[in-house]
Amino acid sequence: MFEINRRRSNPRLNITEDLAGYMFMMPTILVLGTFVVLPILYAVFLSLQKVQLLGGIEYEFIGFRNFTRLAEDERVWIALRNTAAYVAIVVPTQTVLALILAVTLNSGIRGKNWWRILYFLPTVTSSTVLTLIFIWIYNTDGLLNDFLAFVGLPTYNWLGDPAVALKGIMIMNIWSTAPFFMVIYLAALQDIPQTLYEAAELDGANEWQQFIYITLPLLKPVTFFVVAVGVIGTFQLFDQSYIFSGGTGGPNNATLTVVLLIYQAVFRNLQMGYAAAIAFLLAAVIIAITLIQRRLFGGERI
Amino acid sequence: MTKIAGFSWLKALLYVLLTLYAIVTLIPFLWALSASFKPLAEIVGGKPNFLPKNFTLDNYKQIFLQEPLFWRWLFNSVVIAVSVTLLNLLLNSMAGYALARLRFVGKRFWFFLILTVLAVPAQITLIPTFLILKAIGWLNSYQGMIVPSMVNATFIFMMRQFFVNFPKELEEAAQLDGLNTFGIFRHIVLPLAKPALAAQAVFVFMGSWNNFLLPIVILFDPEMFTLPLGLNTFKGQYISYWNYIMAASMVFTLPALGIYAFFNRYFIQSVTFTGGKG
Repeated sequence: MFEINRRRSNPRLNITEDLAGYMFMMPTILVLGTFVVLPILYAVFLSLQKVQLLGGIEYEFIGFRNFTRLAEDERVWIALRNTAAYVAIVVPTQTVLALILAVTLNSGIRGKNWWRILYFLPTVTSSTVLTLIFIWIYNTDGLLNDFLAFVGLPTYNWLGDPAVALKGIMIMNIWSTAPFFMVIYLAALQDIPQTLYEAAELDGANEWQQFIYITLPLLKPVTFFVVAVGVIGTFQLFDQSYIFSGGTGGPNNATLTVVLLIYQAVFRNLQMGYAAAIAFLLAAVIIAITLIQRRLFGGERI
Repeated sequence: MTKIAGFSWLKALLYVLLTLYAIVTLIPFLWALSASFKPLAEIVGGKPNFLPKNFTLDNYKQIFLQEPLFWRWLFNSVVIAVSVTLLNLLLNSMAGYALARLRFVGKRFWFFLILTVLAVPAQITLIPTFLILKAIGWLNSYQGMIVPSMVNATFIFMMRQFFVNFPKELEEAAQLDGLNTFGIFRHIVLPLAKPALAAQAVFVFMGSWNNFLLPIVILFDPEMFTLPLGLNTFKGQYISYWNYIMAASMVFTLPALGIYAFFNRYFIQSVTFTGGKG
């Protein structure tokens, strides 16, 4: 109250408050300015240059040639295809799995918190550690093949066979990311008023009908969020591919992702301009898919 | 009431499913943990066994005593993750508080800018950040790892939302008592923001501790590596010495798990915070 009155009586000049505001904001402005805003502009600039990194740094303006080169680069298409396949399988699977786990945990199970803590373990473990453990499990004579052979299923060379290498990473990431979204679903489920279910029960709806007609529609905004975050996260796949393949994206480009391609363009081929162009391509794809998705979900608030 | 007969079957089925999924979750960890206590011969030869037959601590001794850089990597990881966390807590709350409560010229612009920054994929800024750090000579340094990560638009936004919903009366009372803005922030606002700070702390710490992309881009001297990069080097150096790799992995995982076990409540809270209300 006090503050508002003072402000009204003197609407324009209040240097002390401005000063305090900027002192609070200054570190943020400096850091975001130097390491986010400036880099965005710099990236636009880089994408139009041929960059030479020999001791110093030299630029040569080449217009849109970095972008036209994208279309001709076979590895860009391979990386896009791998990443798209990865997104198309991982996002729906982890979303459904997360929902199933959340609904199960929310159905009056005993020790709900303990299950949740346990399931959440992979999400707090570093991707490096998880990838190393899985590489070992995926070894030709590793635990997974031992298990598959034991139950009479065919075994695979998970790391070396281009047909299954990416699937190995998919399985690992579904396993490690689903619990994160499970927690989000769980919180949303707890916000659904119990009275809705009681009313539906009085109307003779069984549990399945309650799930289809009450739970799913009310979870729609959360599902939008889970899918959107899932899409953004999976399009940025890097750590697992890098560690799996030792940075090459192999075997035979099977685990090459877009971000790994950016990394290689920068550090193997020293083509900063081209790398910036690939980064913009990735950003465009992510933004386009997020917009399409928003349409499909009917313009939710996020 | 009428459901009880069918219900118990369903319940039993649910418990079976939950247990199966718990096994699926735990097996990789237990398998890695057990390998870290086995000699190599037991890992490569014969049938898989979960309980080590020849229990040994040699793998841990190897990485702690024979790998001089392991301690260094652990140290680097701790320094970077702790600094990044503390700075984020302070700076994000300051910015969030200013955006929620203080009045200053251009506030709407800065808030809009932070919302925009939220939507920019990190890959776009990665290469320029590398070049900027190179230009100011910060590659391969602690400050190069810490400064670009010391504020976070997501958590500034989260803190702003938190402070917007915060009761104003205490601050007004403190103001009448003659406390200035910094005093109010330090003595009134921060102590009351503990739950939001704890949630943020866990998230930022885990993110920094587990980060792979940023260090692999800006750190190239093995002395400066963080543990994820070090582990990745181990993988190349100890090809198929899974006993050492798993022991190192366990050492790396333990602090994160400890923090998770301790702050679990806040962790879940922060996931739902970023999820539900972001």
